[in-house]
Amino acid sequence: MNETLFAILEALPYLLQGALVTIGIVIGAMGLGLIMGVHMAAGQVYGNRAVRRIVGLYVWFFRGVPILVLLFLFYFGLFALIGLNLSAFSASVLVLGMTTAAYQSQIFRGAIQSLPQGQLKAARALGMSDLTAIITVILPQALRLSIPGWSNEYSIILKDSALAFVLGTSEIMARSHFVASRTYHHLPLYMTAGCLYFILTWIGVQALLKLESKVRIPGYTR
Amino acid sequence: MDTAFYTDLLIPALNRGLIMSIKLIIPSGILGLMLGIVVGTLRTFGHPVLRKAANGYTAVFRGTPLVVQLFMLYFGLPNLGIYLDAYSAAVVGFILCSSAYHSEYIRGGLLSIKHGQVLAAQSMGFSTFKTMCHIIVPQAVRRALPGCGNEIIYLIKYSSLAYIITCIELTGEGKIIATRYFRFTEVFMVIGCYYLVLVTFVTAGLHKLEEKLQIPGFGTIG
Amino acid sequence: MTQGQGPILRVENICKMLGGKKILNSVSLSLNKGELKVLIGPSGAGKSTLLQCINFLIPPDRGQVWLEGTEVQHHRKRDLYALRQQIGMIFQDFNLFDHLNALENVSIALRKVKKMGRSAARERALAQLEQVGLGDKITLYPAELSGGQKQRVSIARALAMDPKIMLLDEPTSALDPELIGEVLSVIRDLARGGMTMILATHQIGFARTLADEVLFMEDGRIIEQGPPAELLAPNARTRSRDFCSKLDELYEENL
Ligand SMILES: Nc1ncnc2c1ncn2[C@@H]1O[C@H](COP(=O)(O)OP(=O)(O)O)[C@@H](O)[C@H]1O
Ligand SMILES: [Mg+2]
Repeated sequence: MNETLFAILEALPYLLQGALVTIGIVIGAMGLGLIMGVHMAAGQVYGNRAVRRIVGLYVWFFRGVPILVLLFLFYFGLFALIGLNLSAFSASVLVLGMTTAAYQSQIFRGAIQSLPQGQLKAARALGMSDLTAIITVILPQALRLSIPGWSNEYSIILKDSALAFVLGTSEIMARSHFVASRTYHHLPLYMTAGCLYFILTWIGVQALLKLESKVRIPGYTR
Repeated sequence: MDTAFYTDLLIPALNRGLIMSIKLIIPSGILGLMLGIVVGTLRTFGHPVLRKAANGYTAVFRGTPLVVQLFMLYFGLPNLGIYLDAYSAAVVGFILCSSAYHSEYIRGGLLSIKHGQVLAAQSMGFSTFKTMCHIIVPQAVRRALPGCGNEIIYLIKYSSLAYIITCIELTGEGKIIATRYFRFTEVFMVIGCYYLVLVTFVTAGLHKLEEKLQIPGFGTIG
Repeated sequence: MTQGQGPILRVENICKMLGGKKILNSVSLSLNKGELKVLIGPSGAGKSTLLQCINFLIPPDRGQVWLEGTEVQHHRKRDLYALRQQIGMIFQDFNLFDHLNALENVSIALRKVKKMGRSAARERALAQLEQVGLGDKITLYPAELSGGQKQRVSIARALAMDPKIMLLDEPTSALDPELIGEVLSVIRDLARGGMTMILATHQIGFARTLADEVLFMEDGRIIEQGPPAELLAPNARTRSRDFCSKLDELYEENL
């Protein structure tokens, strides 16, 4: 028992460094997903047929293929094919980012479509271009409505980031597996890893709840 | 383009893997849903102690990555003298994890039913059991169906994680060939297609089911 | 059955505490066959609670209920379910089963509680819906019906069980003014047909013309009861009269 505790304590600093890597992956991927997702959502709602088609296809692909397959496909295949020589970390960020972009685009799209038609009309009536109207009137409302969905997506990507270890990214999962195979304290180490993920999920979700109440528009109930 | 690589090597191997994947998905899907219904019902109507336990169960399995859970089952349990083969560990992991997610939708479905429905049934002499069977469950199932369907889709994709704990299914068979012949892009593209077909097919089936069960006043599908 | 002249329903000394408050304070009433008693009183007086205590949807803390001279043993499940089949209940907010269409709403209890065959239940339900004027709406779901139509389906649903008594809890309170009439006319037909009923309502005019007796409830007690002509006479000095003239004023202001 003491021996186990000792093993965990000894591995903890090493695992916490892994947590920093995990956080890096998640922040990178969520950021990329946010930027891509907003554009894709706008394209899907306001774009012409071709744009809607392309976005639809993208979403269908990234939502239909397992992350694990996407990681292998891009890291060992496509990135190399187009001459990109990426580190495992960058590849993980890109692949997870492109995947969450597909999901995030649908969160934003739902939010945009739930806004009353009158919002865009009123903006146009003031002489705004569609682009200005979307940026100044639609998105500020839609993004607020998207926070709960985004928070959900955060906890999914955080957990998916554990798969980055198959590419050799040195995050929580990779490190706990490494120590476990050395020390044979598998169960305690994976439990520690689980706790770290649990804590990271909790922190992120709480932060987003804070954000949600901070940017809330008084009296605004969809 | 050598067709022999595909016809003689890749496709037969992937088909073998596909069968393994299906052997993972079907029992996990069915048992996961059943356990999810039990857990969801306990979380809603259970004795306070059971309710707490079921909530804790759900929080743990939703708060930690599936890989961590699989590693605990496959590499961790031997620390306690429990040995599961890769297939069993994968199926058990999938059942436990997906039941936690299902329970969330089941709970939502049950909570969405107004108390008046129960009063009306009882005022005509329905027993508690009959009220459950004929009034509550048919309504809750419809409310939970979209979420649970989504969970089944996730299960199909996450079944690829079985390969990490050496249960060689679709992704695993492909990975072996891709590594041996160093043909990552093609192989993982083909694997991606397998999953896309599977996911698209099941999504359409679930949509049909939803359409069939569609009732005015229970939200629209689209 | 030979119950002689005795009342069909007798309720004695019903008491109920909810949330640490005495909601019903020793309420008694009795109902003869074919009678219509109207229950009036301010919101929160305990009308809904009383009605739901009669069929034990809310189990009373104390008190007895006799149906046709037999005391109801509500702790015996079988007796309880049998009692409820004989007492129809109409709710303020309808409580139609949202997943069943009008016809199924009426037939489900016939099939699952009364164990009627599918086609017999269907026929009975159809006849009942026609009686409330909804013969052409049988395949519509609750979400597709207006409030008045919903309430008429719920009346048909209760009537299909061949109840000996009907308890109606403010059946028109959730309705838009122009829809109240269609529901009241169904209830009027029932009263004229000799159905035994307790009706909680704020429709004083309706109560005045049809009620055999008015029960005025306040703070969990029935504080006045008598024929409407006495209790609600323009010169009567009763709480009921005050309450009704206030309602009348309100009604006129809104007109
Ligand atoms: N479950 C409950 N818990 C606590 N108080 C309740 C409950 N149900 C009803 N009450 C209270 O009981 C009183 C009577 O309610 P009700 O029978 O609905 O009155 P009415 O139908 O005459 O308007 C109200 O003050 C209400 O707030
Ligand atoms: Mg009431």
